[in-house]
Amino acid sequence: MTAGFPTAPQALGDDDVVYTKVTFWTRLRRHKMAVAGAVILTLMILAAVFAKFIAPFDPNAIDNVHWQGNPLPPCFQNAALCGGHLLGTDEVGRDLLSRLLFGARISLEVGIFTVFIEIVIGTTLGALAGYYGKWVDWTIMRITDVFLSIPLLPLLLVLTAIVAASSSKAALNFQVIVLIIGALSWPSVARLVRAAFLSLREREFAEAARAVGNNDARIIFRHLLPNAVAPIIVQATLDVANVIILESVLSFLGFGIQPPTASWGNMLANAQANLQIAWWAAVFPGLCILLTTLSINYIGDGLRDALDPNMK
Amino acid sequence: MFTYVVRRTLQAIPLLILISIILYVILNNAPGGPLAPYLQNPHITPADIERLKHNLGLDKPIWYRYGVWLWTVLHGDFGYSTSNSQPVLQAILDRLPATLELMVTSFIVSVIIGLSAGIFSAVRPYSFADYFITTFAFFGQSMPVFWFALMLQLAFAVHGIPLPGGYEIQLPSAGLSSGDGFNLGDRIDHLILPVIVLSLLSLALYSRFMRSSLLEVMKTDYMRTAAAKGLDGRTILFKHGLKNALIPVVTVLALSLPGVLGGAIVTETIFAWPGAGRMFYNALQQSDIALMMGYLLILAFFVVFSNLLADVLYAWLDPRVKYD
Repeated sequence: MTAGFPTAPQALGDDDVVYTKVTFWTRLRRHKMAVAGAVILTLMILAAVFAKFIAPFDPNAIDNVHWQGNPLPPCFQNAALCGGHLLGTDEVGRDLLSRLLFGARISLEVGIFTVFIEIVIGTTLGALAGYYGKWVDWTIMRITDVFLSIPLLPLLLVLTAIVAASSSKAALNFQVIVLIIGALSWPSVARLVRAAFLSLREREFAEAARAVGNNDARIIFRHLLPNAVAPIIVQATLDVANVIILESVLSFLGFGIQPPTASWGNMLANAQANLQIAWWAAVFPGLCILLTTLSINYIGDGLRDALDPNMK
Repeated sequence: MFTYVVRRTLQAIPLLILISIILYVILNNAPGGPLAPYLQNPHITPADIERLKHNLGLDKPIWYRYGVWLWTVLHGDFGYSTSNSQPVLQAILDRLPATLELMVTSFIVSVIIGLSAGIFSAVRPYSFADYFITTFAFFGQSMPVFWFALMLQLAFAVHGIPLPGGYEIQLPSAGLSSGDGFNLGDRIDHLILPVIVLSLLSLALYSRFMRSSLLEVMKTDYMRTAAAKGLDGRTILFKHGLKNALIPVVTVLALSLPGVLGGAIVTETIFAWPGAGRMFYNALQQSDIALMMGYLLILAFFVVFSNLLADVLYAWLDPRVKYD
């Protein structure tokens, strides 16, 4: 803009887009717990990504030098006995801190990949149901009803138990766990997206998009979906926390990620038996889970407030 | 009202049938299928497997097998539980009292505490107490319940909480009771930790719901009218506010019931509670497909029933809802 000359007010344009973005970030920043959650989660992700370089020991290696059959205590409790293991070792002499770092990797990856699958399936089916209505809607919603009527945890346990029984527990690797949880947790997303599409398809811009001759796929993905993104993002964020808890429960009960691969859940599996002699093996993995889910839930809460203050 | 209940009940039947079909297909088409426990046994030859398949009718088409299965289930026969050596239904019914004892106590505790906390929060929004309660609810929802259980065991069973004067709180952390005889105090001691664990999640959920529902009602015109008429605060809160705010909360209570039953699997396993959830966990480890199927079906039945209950309660409590 040339200086000195008064200019006419500009027509609405790119400025609006910038304006909404600014309010989104300011609103998100105002939510202090969400900011704190984002900082903690970022640190967790960094720790998980660089686990190889940060971890003081090999997570699966047994410390044959110091370990005598009993879990080694953390250094802050007994510096003479800890053998250099900052947070002590588990019952077979593996470094707890290193296992926590590598466990972070598993928990976060399971959370993110599972929610990705869940969102893809849920959004597609929800969009189809909401957009086409009639028998498409009816069929998809009945399937949704069925899956929502079977409590998720018992169903997951049964499926993983069957996989384990048909070959061996080793078959329950990362991919299988992600696929099973992802394939069963989409119905709530589908319902959410369907509800959004039911009202969006009646709006004028959808009518206009149809009138100018766009095909259905383009209307769904270019015109309707962008308007339904806010609730999907919130739901996805909160579901990452839910999935992390689900995975840890499965692994704790022995039907999730299998040892020796460390996951926060399976690290706790033997902790109950050793509660009397090794409190550290029980306390730290759970603290990591709680810190992660708490951060994610606060971020989700902040996103909900920031994206749409009118959402419940 | 009566026709509404009847119609909703009738609508639930096709859903239940659909659930049973999908469960049946998933469980029977899973790798290994119903014979999975035998496949790992080196003493059982492929020829034995074929014979078993034939004897059990597993070589018939799946729709035929489903029909036969549904017929027996409708006659109250859910199959034979290999891990308990008794019929599935009998096995579940035997363990149900222990589970119900845990569930009902937790439900009562979480309703009383959760709703009071929610009301307290809503009456003084953005006060210190409100922040404390909402933060607690957030922790409750983010908490890995099994770890919470371990921490309680560590604190109350392994170590004990010291009290001034040399006393110590020690609580039992396994089983239903210490001895065979019935001792009320002992039974209650055994209930405390599992109940705290099982109520945590619903407590968090209820208090959040109660708070937002009551806050919503506080904003309405009729509340202002009640205040303008000069009614005292207590009457406004209880007769005008709560009565309306409780309607959506009651449906949430009904809808959350099955979740408590699902959570009981973890709680019962950790606290060695002799209920249906722990039996289900044992069945998982011994690939007892008949019991898994029966347990899932009963859970699903319970979910459908709770949904029905929530709808009916809502229609009954809120005269604005039309029955059609």
